[in-house]
Parts: sequence; C-alpha cells; structure tokens
Amino acid sequence: MTTIESFTPVWACIVSLLAAIPIVFFGKSPNLREGSTFVAGFIKLALVVSMLPTILSGSTIEYTLWEIVPNLKIAFRVDGLGMLFGLVASSLWILTSLYSIGYMRGLKEHSQTRFYAFFAVSLSATIGVAFSANLFTLYLFYEMLSLATYPLVTHHQDKEARTGGRTYLTYLLSTSIGFVLPALIYVFIKTGSSLDFSGNGFLEGHIGSSEAVILLLLLTFGFAKCGLMPFHSWLPGAMVAPTPVSALLHAVAVVKVGVFCILRVDTGVFGIEYLITENLGVIVSWIAAFTIVVSSLIALTQDNLKRRLAFSTVGQLSYIILGVSLLTPQGLTGSMMHISMHAFGKITLFFCAGAIFQATGKKYISEMVGLGNRMPITMIAFFIGSISVIGLPLGGGFWSKFYLLWGTVSGGQFAMLIVLLISSFLNAAYFFPIAFKAFFCKPEESLFEKKFQEAHPCSVIALSVTAIASIALFIYPEPFFSLAEMAASVYLNSN
Amino acid sequence: MIDQAPALILLIPFLAAIIVALMGFRFRSLCYPLVLLSMAGSVWASIATLLSVLEGGVIRYHLGGWEPPFGIELRIDGLNALVVVVVSSVSLLAAIYSRRTVLAENGDKISQFYSLFLLLATGLLGMVLTGDAFNLYVLIEIAALTSYALIAMGPKRATLAAYKYVIMGTIGASFYLLGVGYLYIKTGSLNMVDIQEQLVARDLAGSPAIMVSFILITVGVWIKMAFFPLHAWLPNAYCFSPTTSSCILAPLVTKVMVYVMVRMMLTVYGAEYTFAHLDWSRIIVWMAVVAILAGSISALGQTNLRKMLSFLIIAEVGYMVGGVWLAEEMGMVGSIYHIISDAFMTLCVFLFAGIIISKTGKTDLNALDGMFKKMPLTMTGFLAGAFSLIGIPPTAGFFSKWYLIQGGINSGRWEYVVALLISSLINAVLFFRIIEIAHFGVKPAEGHSHHHSDGHDKISEAPLSQLIPLLGTGALLLIIGLYNKDIVAVISDFLSSSNLGGGIR
Repeated sequence: MTTIESFTPVWACIVSLLAAIPIVFFGKSPNLREGSTFVAGFIKLALVVSMLPTILSGSTIEYTLWEIVPNLKIAFRVDGLGMLFGLVASSLWILTSLYSIGYMRGLKEHSQTRFYAFFAVSLSATIGVAFSANLFTLYLFYEMLSLATYPLVTHHQDKEARTGGRTYLTYLLSTSIGFVLPALIYVFIKTGSSLDFSGNGFLEGHIGSSEAVILLLLLTFGFAKCGLMPFHSWLPGAMVAPTPVSALLHAVAVVKVGVFCILRVDTGVFGIEYLITENLGVIVSWIAAFTIVVSSLIALTQDNLKRRLAFSTVGQLSYIILGVSLLTPQGLTGSMMHISMHAFGKITLFFCAGAIFQATGKKYISEMVGLGNRMPITMIAFFIGSISVIGLPLGGGFWSKFYLLWGTVSGGQFAMLIVLLISSFLNAAYFFPIAFKAFFCKPEESLFEKKFQEAHPCSVIALSVTAIASIALFIYPEPFFSLAEMAASVYLNSN
Repeated sequence: MIDQAPALILLIPFLAAIIVALMGFRFRSLCYPLVLLSMAGSVWASIATLLSVLEGGVIRYHLGGWEPPFGIELRIDGLNALVVVVVSSVSLLAAIYSRRTVLAENGDKISQFYSLFLLLATGLLGMVLTGDAFNLYVLIEIAALTSYALIAMGPKRATLAAYKYVIMGTIGASFYLLGVGYLYIKTGSLNMVDIQEQLVARDLAGSPAIMVSFILITVGVWIKMAFFPLHAWLPNAYCFSPTTSSCILAPLVTKVMVYVMVRMMLTVYGAEYTFAHLDWSRIIVWMAVVAILAGSISALGQTNLRKMLSFLIIAEVGYMVGGVWLAEEMGMVGSIYHIISDAFMTLCVFLFAGIIISKTGKTDLNALDGMFKKMPLTMTGFLAGAFSLIGIPPTAGFFSKWYLIQGGINSGRWEYVVALLISSLINAVLFFRIIEIAHFGVKPAEGHSHHHSDGHDKISEAPLSQLIPLLGTGALLLIIGLYNKDIVAVISDFLSSSNLGGGIR
C-alpha cells in the first residue's frame, strides 16, 4: 500500500468554503448565486472523483496542513471509507442544489443567500470529516458542521425553529464538548501519539479494559449526530428545517458524519482486533439494536411525513453502527455500503416529502390519500426510495442489508439477525401504506383530483435522478461496493 | 534605541499621559491621536522586547543605572515578554475603540479620561515588567487608583460600584504590601530574584513568617483578581463603568493579577516552596472549581449583557487559578496561555457590548434584537469571541481548555476537568441565548413568517473606529489559536527555566 502526498483532498474540502464568498457576493442576482453553487459542486465532485482511481488501486492520499499543537496536526487522509463517504456527499450536493432551487424559489423563501452560503460551508465541513487523518481534525470539522448547520435548521426564524434549533445544539454541543472532548484529550495523553487513524487502531496496550469500555461509550454517544438513543431527539426536532436541508444534511451529510465518526473510532482508534479481544462489540450492538427497534416503532406512530422519515433515519443509522459492531468482514462491508445506499434512498424520500409540500402544502400522511393521481412521478420515486430503504431487491439498499444479515450469521449473532428482520418488517409497515394509499384507493376516498400537477421541475428532476440512482445501485453497486470491501479488508487484515 | 525598548514600553504612555493632561484642556482634538500614537509606540517597543528575549534570553534592565538589589530593575523573561505584548496591544485596541464613545459618554472630561487611561496602561505594563516586589506594589496602586476613577466616570450607579471597588481594592493592596513587608524583614531584599536566592540561602522554607507572607500576598492578589468568593466588587464595577473603561479594565486587570500570582509563586517563592513545601494544591483547586461553577451559574441569571460577561470573567479567573495550582506542567502552560487568550476573548466580547450599548442605548440582552440583520460584521466579530469562550476549535479558547484539561487529567484532578466542561457548556448556553435573540428577534413569529426584512432591519453597522478593533480582536483570537504551538513553546521554555522540577509531579 503506497501513500501519496497531494493537496487535492484539501482543495476538495475548502472549495465549497471558498464558494461561500461568491454566493454572498452575488446575493442580489439569484442565477449567478446558484451558478456559483453549481460550479463549486462540480469542481468538488471532480476533485473527489479524480482521487478515486488512486484509492481503488489501494493507495492512500495524505496531506498535512498545519501542526497546531505539538505532535498534533490538522491533516487530511483519503482512504476507502473516506472516499466512499466523500463521494456520496459531494455527488448528492449537486442534486440537492438543483432541488433547492425548485424548493426555495417555489416557496419564495426569505434569506436564500444565507441558505446557500451556509449550505456550502456545511459541505466543506462534511468533506473535512470524511478526509480527516486524525481524531483531532475530525473533531474540528465535526464542531464546524454543528455550527454551520444551525442557521440552516433555524431558517424559518419562527418560534418552532427556535425550539428545534435549541434541541439541535443542546444535544450536539453538549455531547461533543461533554463526551468527545475529554475522551479525545484522554486518548492523547495515554497514547502520546498524534491520534492518526491507523488500519488496526492505536489504543491497544495503552489502556486497561475498564478504560476501554468508558472511552468507547464516550466516543459512541459523544458523536450524537449518529442518532443513537437516547441522544436522538435532535433529529426529529431538526425537521423544522426547509426540506433540502433535511434531505441532504439530515439524511446524508450530518447524520452520516455521526456514524462515519463511529466507524472511524471503531476501526482507526480502537481497531477491530482490539474490539474483538476485549469483546466490546456486544455493548454497542445492543444499544444499536435497541435503537433500531424502538425508532421503527415510533416511526409507525408518526403522521407527519418528515418526522416519520426522521425516525426511520434514526433506525437506519443504527444499522450502520450495528454492522460495524458485529466485528465481522461482511458486517463491516455492509455497514459501510449502507452509508451510501441509505443515502440515495433516504434523500429520495425527503425530496418527495418536500415536493409534496411544495405542490400541495400537505405535511401529514393522512392527508396524502390519492396523491398518486396528482403527483405520479413523485409518488413512484417515493415507492422506489421506500424499497431501497427497506432493503428489497431492485433497490440499492438490498445489497447493504444483505451483507449486514450475512455479517450476523457469520458472526453467529442470531439475536441481531432477528432484530434486523423485525426491523425490515416494521420498515415495510411504515413505508408501504404511504405509496399504496397514494395510488390504490377508492375514488371517493381520494383527496385529490385526477389532475397532473407536480412540483417545480428542478425538484422533480432531482428526485427522479436519485430514484433512478437507487435502482442503478442495485444493478451495479460500484464503486461503493469495492470501496467498502477494500476498506473492510484493510481494517481486518492489517496485522 | 532597541536596548531601551523595555523602558520605552512604560515611558511612552507615561509621558503621553502627562502631555495629554497638560495640553488636553486646550487642544481636545489632540488627545485621541496622541493616545493612539503612544499606545502604538508601546506595542512596538513590547514586540521588540519580545523578539530580543526570544533571541537572547532574559533581559535585565536597570532603571537609572542602579544595580539591583538596590535599584529597581525591569526583568523580562519569556513569560512577561508575552504578557506585555498582550497588555499593550489590548490597550491599543481599546484606545482605537474609544474614539466616539469617550466623546459621547465623557465629552466634558476627555483629557482627564485619556490621561487616566494612559496611566492605567502604564501601571499595568509596569506590573508585568518590574522585577521588584515593592515597585510592583506601587504600580498596583497606580493601576488601581486610575481604574477607580475610570469606573466612577460612568453613569449614576458607577460611583457606588467604584466605591465598593476602592474598599476591596485597598484591602487587597494592603494585604500584598504587608506580605512584602514580611518578606523584606526576613530576606532583606525587595528584588524578586534576590528574594528567591535569599530564601534558599538562608534556608527560610520552614519559617512561619514566610508562610504568613505567602498567605497575605496570595489573598491580596486574589482579591485584586476577583477570585471567588473575593469577587464581589467586580460585576458592578465593570457593568456600570463607561464602555471604554470596561474595554480596558475587564480584559487586563484580572489577567495581569493572575500573572502576578504566577510570578510570585514561581519566581519569588519558587515552585518547590509553593507546591512541595506548602502542598495546598488540593484545597485551592477545589476552591477554583467552586469559583468556576459559581461564576458560570451566576452568569446564567443575568439579563444585563455586561454583567453577564463580568461573571464569566470570575469563572475564567477560576480556570487560571486552578490551572496553576494543579501543580502540573500542562496545567501551568494552560493557565499562562489562557492569560493571553482570555485577555483577547474578554476584550472581544466587551468591545461588542460597548458597541451594542452605544448603538442602541440599552444594556440588557434584548438590545440585540435582530442584530444579525442590522449589524452582520459586528456579529461576526462577536461570534469569534463567543466561540472562543465556549471553546470551539480552532479559536484560542479551545486550546486553553485543551491544555488545562490535559493538566487536570495528568494530575488526576477530575473535579477540575468536570468543572471546565460544565463551564464550557454553560458558556454555550449563554452565548447561544444571545445568538438566538440576534437571529430570531426577541419575539419570533408563530408559524411560518416570510416578513423578516421590515424597514427597521436595514443594515446599520458600527462606525469603523469600533469595528476595526472588534474584527481585529476576532482575527487575533484565530491567530493565537492557530499559532498556539509557538506561544506554548515560549511558555514551556520559561517553565523549564524556572526550575519546576522540585515542586512538580
């Protein structure tokens, strides 16, 4: 495995940060403003993709930006896992920007310049997390993301947004300052190392068993963006945000940053081998299993579509955490693949929810009976998204779920197998009725006339593309599958 | 010229103070440029001093050519070279800010105000530079007397606040003087380094008189730095003073006193005596924990902006006292680094408070209604200070906490670590309360509202003379954070030269 030094990951990270400048500058002319978002988006994607062949060939790309504390650096490093996440986030940013144009202009939202500027900053932080080389850099970008998304979550600036924003920051900041920061410093003191993620972790031999348990819990709950119960309430609260924000940030970027951090901690800080010897996977996997089942049950009771999606996200995120804590190669592969597969499926669902709100003003599922008459494209996309998230064939989510199930079997953890199966049934139970009632209802039940009226075309294009991508990923799950498998093999075979 | 730099740091503002006092009555417009010029000169001299200390080690400057221990010497090592740069540049930034506010708040007493301002700066700079324990007392008094007057120049309630400060401050200074008297009786010297040498040479570690002097000096200094529960004078004094006064007093007075404490502990008494012989670290760190929590919790209850910030200062003093008394190198590094970063953080938020007060005429938090729309640049500057106080990387405040928490963990003082974390979280609540008011308005609309851009939300920024220091301070907070490695290297150098080994785990 070779290491290449290159500035590209840094550019990939800061290009959207720099884009905030033209976005603010062109605030008065919306077309130029959104144009700069797109330019930045494509440059970002191009930069990320340009690194893909190198990563696939088994090399890693590194760059050290700044030694900030003696022996501790702000450094970037791209490996399989980081690449996978970076690819998902940067490609979906472009689609979300397209969707945002339809959504924000369609609803004549205020302060759109601020919206696009902070969106760009958030993406910088996300890519920063994906490409960070050590725990310290990761923490830096993690905090940056919490703060940069606050103005997005509270975009409406009304009472509801204030409450949502309060919950959001209370959970995210109190866990990151209260749990992660002390754990970070403790690890730094104990190991005396630069906190660089390595293939097989660096904690082994520096700490005792009880310390390991405490650190693992601190770092798992500390990255509360992963929505692990009981620190999940910020996510439903954050649904007060405009839908593009919920779509990209609260189905992809922010929440996946949370699980990504946990993946990094488990693989790069503790190391899978160490977790196996200390038998630490069990604790986390039970917490995740609990979250999966409970959140699915809560999702069943939600009538507000976005809230139902939010609770579904909470459950799906725990799939990823469960996958890694199975500590088997298949579980790990499935867990990483689920980052991308769930992203495409869930963003489609959120796009649909936003499109429905744009076109009809409806937020509640009970008001959507017969909606297929009026918005057939949106509802078909919704159906495809549901299939992918549930994990049925024809949706990309099938592959990740397949690997997760395989992981439970190969690890001999049948309790977890049952949890996953129950959860899949629950997923189907809370998703299918929505699409079903939209199309198949008695004419007298239907709340909508048979008149074709979709949302803004930009939005419809965006949600169709993500829906098609979800199917395409079933037929051809590359490059995510190779990246996940490669990363899994690195984490398991490095000694 | 460069050789005289240590003296120039003091002399320039001192002479300018006299000129301002004499000329200011006739040529009032001359005061402001003169103050700026002299403070800039002082900044230049202190940077030159810092550079030559970095290059050639400790500077010993004998005032008037009298040899110590008989004459007064300015003794500059890595520690005070850093702090003196901080003190002079904070004064300069506060001076830039003063352009309009002094006219508005003390229009009839411009020359008095500015000569007091310069004398205060001289006093604070002198406290940092001097190597003589009695001279330090004189300078403490100069700084204190001028600050009483600067506070009393505020509106009505300021007089009472200043009076309270006079009483407490005088008690503190007297304690200090008494302590120095005991030291002088036992060692026959007033020069700091010489006292230390005498203590060792005469083997005075066991002497009760020395212990009493240590207690007196420490308590005196604690009163001056508003270490809880000796803090009662501070909140009102900084809350009711003219905004310019609070911009220079709040960042500097407490921090310089922390410096004095460190100097007394490490240079005069020596680490071995302070930590190994007295061994009071356990109880004093607990006191610091109480101070941190008390300051933070009291701040939660305030609706007046400057009062809230004043209580935060009390918490921050707890950080530093606790960090030093951890008796651990990282804690020491963190405390000294925090002297620097906290001076700028406090300056940043007090400048912001001053701007808001002079803009809206209101002193409570509701004055911030919708400020992100009205004053976006001012708010940006404020965010730097707020994030630094919360401890968000990569601002300076994060790294103070980084080192302090490391010190706490290394020495096994978990109560201190927990207190720091709780205080960070409380700071987050405090500042996001401000951010909420500025972002949503005092009374946000129910349900969706798209009518936020009413006529009164037009941008009306603070004047440049106020904006420049605020944004400059914000930028400095980032720079201090990003270059903390270099600053910490200087601090570590100082610590290794002051022979911590004896007293430190």
